Amino acid sequence: MNQIGAVLRLEMKKTFLSKRGWWIYLLAIGPVFLTLMHWLVEMRFHSARHSLGEDSVVFAALYHFYFLRCGIFFGCMGIFSNLFRGEMLEKTLHYYYLTPLRRELLVAGKYVAGLASALVLFVGSTALSFLLIGRHFGPAWTDYLLHGPGLSQLGSYVLVTALACIGYGAVFLMCGILFRNPMIAAAVVWVWENLNPFLPSLLKKISVIFYLKNLCPVEVPIPPPFNVMVVETDPTPFWIAVPGLLAVALILLAYSAISARQLEISYGE
Amino acid sequence: MSESLVTFNNVSRFYGEVLGINNVSLTIPPGITSLVGPNGSGKTTLMNLMTGLIRPTEGEIRVLGIAPDHPEKLCRVAGYCTQYDAFPKGLTGYQFLYSYLRVFGMSHAECDERTLAAMQLVGLSDAAQRTVASYSKGMRQRIKLAQAVAHDPQVMVLDEPLNGLDPLARSEAIALFRQWGEKGRHVIVSSHILHEVDQISDQVILLSQGYVVAEGKIQGVRSEVKDQPMQILVRCDRPGMLAARLFQQDHVVEAKIHADGKGLLLRTKDADSFYLLLNRVILDSGLEVESVAPADDDVNSVYQYLIGGEGSAL
Repeated sequence: MNQIGAVLRLEMKKTFLSKRGWWIYLLAIGPVFLTLMHWLVEMRFHSARHSLGEDSVVFAALYHFYFLRCGIFFGCMGIFSNLFRGEMLEKTLHYYYLTPLRRELLVAGKYVAGLASALVLFVGSTALSFLLIGRHFGPAWTDYLLHGPGLSQLGSYVLVTALACIGYGAVFLMCGILFRNPMIAAAVVWVWENLNPFLPSLLKKISVIFYLKNLCPVEVPIPPPFNVMVVETDPTPFWIAVPGLLAVALILLAYSAISARQLEISYGE
Repeated sequence: MSESLVTFNNVSRFYGEVLGINNVSLTIPPGITSLVGPNGSGKTTLMNLMTGLIRPTEGEIRVLGIAPDHPEKLCRVAGYCTQYDAFPKGLTGYQFLYSYLRVFGMSHAECDERTLAAMQLVGLSDAAQRTVASYSKGMRQRIKLAQAVAHDPQVMVLDEPLNGLDPLARSEAIALFRQWGEKGRHVIVSSHILHEVDQISDQVILLSQGYVVAEGKIQGVRSEVKDQPMQILVRCDRPGMLAARLFQQDHVVEAKIHADGKGLLLRTKDADSFYLLLNRVILDSGLEVESVAPADDDVNSVYQYLIGGEGSAL
């Protein structure tokens, strides 16, 4: 545990809030900024052209189409694929490989460090955006949160965000170890994840987004004209989706650990 | 016995179709061992193999009896100062050493103590709180050296450790290597600077194109090179007379009288016969000899004899 803790501390020191991650922070801050603007505009002009329920659907759409398909996906890609590949490009991975640290523990330590960063950024961003989107309704919004479905919706979104970080994190950590250019692998995964609504039932299940979507509290239908191509599938129950996703992440991490053990440090020379 | 040695047993390493090293069998005892050879001869490959950064295509390696594919054990007894001039971004010299020592599983107090000691050892105590990115090349080389030895390993593998160091830092580094060597540690050094290799090495390993051309104490290696006449410098009062006696012998190829008239540089195919003859001349004619010393049993000469023109990169 000492060694994992040391890797975690070192990784956080090197990467958390580092300059080169600016675009990941933008991905996380973007929706917070949008919802903040929404709140300020509504407060300033009292437009009241929409209901609290509509804001809840708007957030659901923002969550489905931005957070899940873009922000968290690319954020995790930036964080996790660089844990190994970034060090290979910078030629610094050998410092770890010259310590008496089991490669499995190195993978675990790096993954936990990446996960901590991703959770802080994207769970924080999800929660803040959700809290801000209906803020202009004042007491009605507070009531919606405390006595209505608000808090449970927030809990679901936070859970889905955390699961997304866990799942995509494991995928991209593996890509960073296995592929010289993880961007190509990421592009393939991204296309696959976005094609998910249109895939046959069996193929749908070989993805992360299928399980995450089912866990979201508010469903957002695919807009026309694409809706005609959607293949309807029974949602996976919570008790299968969550452990299933965790199990897949664990399998990917185990494979990453094996690959890290076989990895040679030559930096492509 | 093998518990105190670094051994390579028929080790080959190929990078795709490119040869790294081929069929190398070596035994490296404690002390300072220098790996010498032109660029691409396999020095770094050998070092990467013994520290487990790469694996052999064939053969077996043991470092103090430990296989390099067990980093949990190996890295406690071995430290490697690589050729890579790269460091994790944003860390100070202190953080760099301290953080990787923590990965060894040591306590905060122990890491702090070892970090400060290592920084002092390489003369970087004053720069400990500066980021490594702001260090000069020589300082970066020293911090790498400190990082490789901070955990006090028994086997120190140092790839071109003198590169980028100023003359003072070089002599300090060489003194450190000697100190470690005298303590019975393995100090395995690759260097392009042959006269420094000559100064510091207990034994040398000459590499060329992935093969070990020669290994052992440099004088021993030189005496094995039979096809090159040995050069011997004799400082005496009558070099002309000595040269005349020598020219009657078949084994003497060349003799040159030194410009100051007090020395004779000769080349002989049979050093033992020469020494016998010299004794006879001293007895017969009362020649006063100040010194007799081989003139080409240094690394540079042996390197030129065995590897020759390939050494232009050196």
